[in-house]
Amino acid sequence: MDKKKKRSITRGVILVVLLAAIVYTVYSSATKDKVEVLQVGDDAPNFELVDLYESDLKHRLSDYEGKGIFLNFWGTWCEPCKKEMPAMSEQYAKYKDQGVEVLAINIAQTDFEVKKFIESLNVDFPVAIDETKGVMTAYNVDLLPATILISPEGEVKKIITGEMNESQIASYMESIKPEQE
Amino acid sequence: MEKIICVCGHENPEGTKLCAKCGRPLTEDALTSKILDMKYDGAAIRSKTRNKSFVDKIWNFFSSVKVGITLIIINLIAASIGTIFPQEFYISVQTEEQKAAYYEDTYGSIGKVYYELGLSDVYSSWWFQILVGLLAISIIVASIDRGIPLHRSLKNQRVKRHESFMKRQRVIAEGEITEGDSANTLNLVEEKMKKLRYKVRRDGNALLAERGRFARYGPYINHCGLIIFLAAVMLRLVPGFYVDESMWVREGEMRAVPGMDGYFIENEKFILEMHDNEKTENQVLQGVNVVAKNYQTNAKLYKQSKDAVPGKIDDLELVKDYSIRVNHPLKYDGFSFYQMDFKLNEIKAMNFNLTNKESGESLGDVSIDLTNPKDEYVIGDQTKVQLLGYYPDFSGFENGEPQTATPTPNNPAFIFKMITPDKPDGEVSFVAIQQTIEPNGDNAYKMAFNSVETRNMSGLTVHKDSTIPLLAIGGAIFMIGVAIGSYWNHRRLWVEQLEDGTIRLAAHTNKNWFGIKKDLDAVTQFAHLPQYIDQSQDDDEEENEKEGESTI
Repeated sequence: MDKKKKRSITRGVILVVLLAAIVYTVYSSATKDKVEVLQVGDDAPNFELVDLYESDLKHRLSDYEGKGIFLNFWGTWCEPCKKEMPAMSEQYAKYKDQGVEVLAINIAQTDFEVKKFIESLNVDFPVAIDETKGVMTAYNVDLLPATILISPEGEVKKIITGEMNESQIASYMESIKPEQE
Repeated sequence: MEKIICVCGHENPEGTKLCAKCGRPLTEDALTSKILDMKYDGAAIRSKTRNKSFVDKIWNFFSSVKVGITLIIINLIAASIGTIFPQEFYISVQTEEQKAAYYEDTYGSIGKVYYELGLSDVYSSWWFQILVGLLAISIIVASIDRGIPLHRSLKNQRVKRHESFMKRQRVIAEGEITEGDSANTLNLVEEKMKKLRYKVRRDGNALLAERGRFARYGPYINHCGLIIFLAAVMLRLVPGFYVDESMWVREGEMRAVPGMDGYFIENEKFILEMHDNEKTENQVLQGVNVVAKNYQTNAKLYKQSKDAVPGKIDDLELVKDYSIRVNHPLKYDGFSFYQMDFKLNEIKAMNFNLTNKESGESLGDVSIDLTNPKDEYVIGDQTKVQLLGYYPDFSGFENGEPQTATPTPNNPAFIFKMITPDKPDGEVSFVAIQQTIEPNGDNAYKMAFNSVETRNMSGLTVHKDSTIPLLAIGGAIFMIGVAIGSYWNHRRLWVEQLEDGTIRLAAHTNKNWFGIKKDLDAVTQFAHLPQYIDQSQDDDEEENEKEGESTI
């Protein structure tokens, strides 16, 4: 009787392991394109970029722990990026004191272009250039604009691709605002 | 577990066809057959013995050879459907709409149906993967279900077998020896069989000569190889085992390597060389002007320090400096960088002359490096050019503002402010290729286009496949298993000397009866044994074709 039971268990275990292998295969190949892509709930990859204006100021994600981070990837050629920037600037002014940081990451353009662009829009938030596209690769940004919301605990809360309007930006910043004590 | 107790006293598990000890037939079928079915040596196939719990039912389903063969056929059909039209992977279009259009345009309505049904990407479809997975389960379960009892019964087989077992073998002989001393017969048999490289065991007046038992494990070995192979294919989906990415790097640029965290590649130079031969006949026929000799990227691979994070590039260490050519990838740490593509002559710098329109007099040159434009270019004390705007891919004006369509300098445009001794307040000019706009009316000076400097861009693919060794091992084991199962056979000869000195013998092989008969002829002559007969030749010729367990 014991032997029977043992055999049943062995068989059961083998079948479950094999079934799990199939499920894993099907699942991971179905999500293959997304596997390397950052997903909501992941830990946001750390990075370090030099500020556009102050070469001593380094934006290192881990230094912002405890703050909600609003990461915006953009380029000067990207029309929707340009459109959402003034609203981002407005909302940043409101949420800055509530512990929300904005970092606008330009994709490997020249200092000149980026500075001229930012100045022409008259917006105010920290900007950095991802010269080697390393951060863009780490966050698997493909289409611009892309916005990544990172919680105060360093977790990816939401990934937004495409243009955002002002009320959306406000609600996104609200969602990553650290809890007040 | 229920047991079947044989007359000889041995306890056999339920479902056993032939007693593991003496070989007596235990089932009705075996008793009435003239020649015993020697598959799995009459051991109880596990799945046939019990069929009670849910787990057992599933187990039994997968252990069935019929189910296995059905799965193989379904897999074959599904895999071959994928070869009717090219798979999406081989079609150089990007979006879903383009793909749909491609199949419809190229193959008509059948192509459309093919695409709609998802057959254009059949090998990554969930149902195809499930089919392969089911086949893998079937292989594993069937191997365990049959392999282990077979192994046990071969390992524990006795020398002495019962008369009813011996008589029901295909090749048998019974009778007196033809000459010599019968007391010596078994010794002679042993001597000859050993010479024929059989393993000989004796137990009283019985003898078992056996050769090539490992051939019976061939199918199980090749199943192991198959499973390793499938596991390796599956491993490709696990992050870190398989990388296949492509990237563009311009000369002088450094880029983070996708799929290879913490590494950067710098393109020092891209080189395209052509053969400078006279056109050959074939070149003329095919309308080919020049033939490329070499595509080369001189690249440097850098590594970040250990605790570095993406974006940080101030502490890079050069790990490899290599000239990547076709078929000569840069290799590092399991990754390979292949030369795949190139683009020539992208504008890197533009040279202008600050010129007085009327006199044509030049005040000096201004060279604008598009990879690092400056705010101001000083020519002399009172002469300088300020750069107010740069648009790498000028696409028109919107609300009076110049726009750029891409970050690539395909159509660079500038807004200059020219400050000269005559015009200390400066004159503004918008300069694009073959287009100059002077917003404040007629300027006295212009930025006359002089020349461009260009650079090239390399397309590289980054490749890593850690599963190749495993694939090779799986494939090798598979082939070894096939060879063992195909080219070796398991031959056995049982001989028993009865009390009156007469000999009873029986022989069995899982395949190649011709071979064992040659051995038998030799031993018969050497030990003066009675002539054997092949019982199957009397009735059914088809029996000859039936050959043990299938090879795969």
